Amino acid sequence: MRGAGRVALQFVGLVVAVFWCIPLFWTLLTAFKSPDDPDALTSLFAGLQPSLQNFAMAWQSASFASYYLNTIVIVVGILVVQCVFITLAGFAFARFEFRGKNILFTLFLLQLMVPASALIGPNYTTVRSLGLLDTKVAVMLPYVASAMGTFWMRQTFRQVPRELEEAAVMDGARWWQVLWHVYLPAARPALSAFALVSLSIHWNDFLWPLVVTNTPKSQPLTVGLSLLTQMGETGAQWSMIAAGTWIVILPLLVLFLIFQRQFVNSFLQSGLK
Amino acid sequence: MASAVADPAVPASTPSGRRRWIRLQPYLMLLPSAAFLAVFTLWPMLKAAAGSLFYNDSAHPQPEFAGFAIYQSLWVDPEFRQVLANTGWFILGTVPLSLVLGRLFALLVNQPGVLSPVLRAAFFHPVVLPMVSAASIWLFLYTPQYGLIDQALAGFGLGQVNWLGQPGTAMWAVILTMIWKQVGFYMIFYLAGLQNLPADVYEAADLDGAGAVRKFFSLTLPLLMPTTLFVTTIAIVNAFQTVDHLYIMTQGGPNNSTATLLYYVYQQAFTFNDFGKASALSAILIVLLILCALLQNWVDRRVHYQ
Repeated sequence: MRGAGRVALQFVGLVVAVFWCIPLFWTLLTAFKSPDDPDALTSLFAGLQPSLQNFAMAWQSASFASYYLNTIVIVVGILVVQCVFITLAGFAFARFEFRGKNILFTLFLLQLMVPASALIGPNYTTVRSLGLLDTKVAVMLPYVASAMGTFWMRQTFRQVPRELEEAAVMDGARWWQVLWHVYLPAARPALSAFALVSLSIHWNDFLWPLVVTNTPKSQPLTVGLSLLTQMGETGAQWSMIAAGTWIVILPLLVLFLIFQRQFVNSFLQSGLK
Repeated sequence: MASAVADPAVPASTPSGRRRWIRLQPYLMLLPSAAFLAVFTLWPMLKAAAGSLFYNDSAHPQPEFAGFAIYQSLWVDPEFRQVLANTGWFILGTVPLSLVLGRLFALLVNQPGVLSPVLRAAFFHPVVLPMVSAASIWLFLYTPQYGLIDQALAGFGLGQVNWLGQPGTAMWAVILTMIWKQVGFYMIFYLAGLQNLPADVYEAADLDGAGAVRKFFSLTLPLLMPTTLFVTTIAIVNAFQTVDHLYIMTQGGPNNSTATLLYYVYQQAFTFNDFGKASALSAILIVLLILCALLQNWVDRRVHYQ
C-alpha cells in the first residue's frame, strides 16, 4: 500500500488501540484515587493521590496474601504434573504401535471437545465423595491430564528423526534415556509454549475453583477478587476494588509485556493444534 | 505389533519377561493421563447422562427415577427456552463482531511500522487478563453515574443509565465486555493467516492493476476463509463455556435476561441444589459442544482437502 494510505491506517490503529486500553488505564487511575474525596469518582482526575493506600486496603480486606500463594501453588502444581503426563502420553502416541491406540486417542479427543467447565456438576460430586472439597488439590484434579498438551507433544515427538533414536539405542540407551537425551531437548520450545498457555489458563480459571473452594486456605486470586467485587456494589469502594483488580492482573500483565512474542505464538499454537 | 523404540534393542534372544514389559510400555505411559481423563472427563459425562434420568433435588432427598420427565419439563419450561435464546443471542452478539474486529485489527497490526508491536500489545492484552478481572473492570465502567460510560454520556446530556440493571441493555453490556476480552485472541489467528498468504498471487494482482480494496475483497477475504471457519467454531465454544463475567456482572439477571446455558447449569446445581435438572442441562450442553466440534472437524476437512 502507498505511503499516505499506510500512515492513515496506522493512525486509525492508534486511535482504536487507545480506546482498547481505556478500561485498564481508568482502573489504574481509580486505584490511586483517595476513597475519602467525594469528587474522586465523578471527575476524571480529581482525588488522585500518590499512595498505595487502596492496594494496602485491598490486600488486607481480602486475604490476598493467601490467594496469591494458593494461585501459585495451584498453577505450578498443575503445570509440573501436566508436563510429566503429557510427555509420557505424547511419547506413547508418537512412537508406539499398540492395540487400542485409536480408542485411547478418541478418549483424549473428548477432552478437547468438552471443556471441564461443562462438567462442573458431576466433577463436584466426585471431588466431594473423595473428601477433597475446599482443598487446592481439588482445584487441580480435573486439569492434570491435558489432551491439548498430549497432542502438542505427540506432534513434536513425531518430527524427531528416527535415526537419532536408533543411534542412541545402538549405544545402549534405555527408553528413559532416549526420551531424556533425544526427545525432550527437541520438545523444549513446545513445552515452554505449553507452559505459558497452561499458566495463563489456570491463573485465570474461575468457575471450577469457585465451586470447590470456600475458604481463603484454598481460594485462588480470581475467587478472591470476585468476593471483593461483591462487597462494593454501591460504588463507595471502587478505588479499593480497582486496586484489587490490579493486584490480580499485574503478574500476568508483566509476564505478557516481557514475553509478548512467546505469548502470542503460544496462544496461536494452542488454537491450531 | 512390537514397540518401535524397542525394535533394534530387542533381539530374538531377549528374555520373555523383558518382552512383556516392552509390550506394556505404551500402556503404562498413557496410564496417568488416561486415568485422570476417565475420572474427570469421561465418567462425568456418563454421570450427567445418568443423573438426568433421576429427580435429585430438595423435594427428593433420595434420588427417584424420572425417565425422560426432566427433559420433557425442560422442553415446555419458558425459563429454559429463554436461557437457550439468551445463549443464542450471546453467540450471535459476540461471534460475528469479534471475527470482523479480529480481522480488522490483524490488518492494522500487519502493516510494517514501528507502531505495530505497540498496537498488537494494546489489542491483545485483554486476552491474558482473567475474565473475572475484565468483568470487574467493566462492571465498574457500567456503574450508573460513577462509571466512565455514564460520565462520557453525561457530556451529551445522556447518562444515568443502569446498563446492567435492565433487561433491554444487560445482554448488550456483557456482549461488549466479551468482545473486548477476546478480539485480540482472534486477531492473532488472522495475523498468522495474513502472513501465510501466497505472495505470488498478490504480485499477479498488482500486475493486473488491482487496487487495495479490490485485492482485499477478491483475494484476502476468500484466502482467509479457512481461518474464519476455524475461528468461528472456537468462538462459539468460548461463548458456550464462558460465564465468569455473568457471575460478576449480572448473576444471570435481571429477570434471567443474561443467563446462558452453562450459567443456568451452575445456578441449578449450586444455588438451587437441583442436581437432576443440572445434569439434564449439562447433558444438553455436552451434546451441543460435541456437535460444534464435529461440525468444525467436518468443515475443516472440506476446506483443506477438497
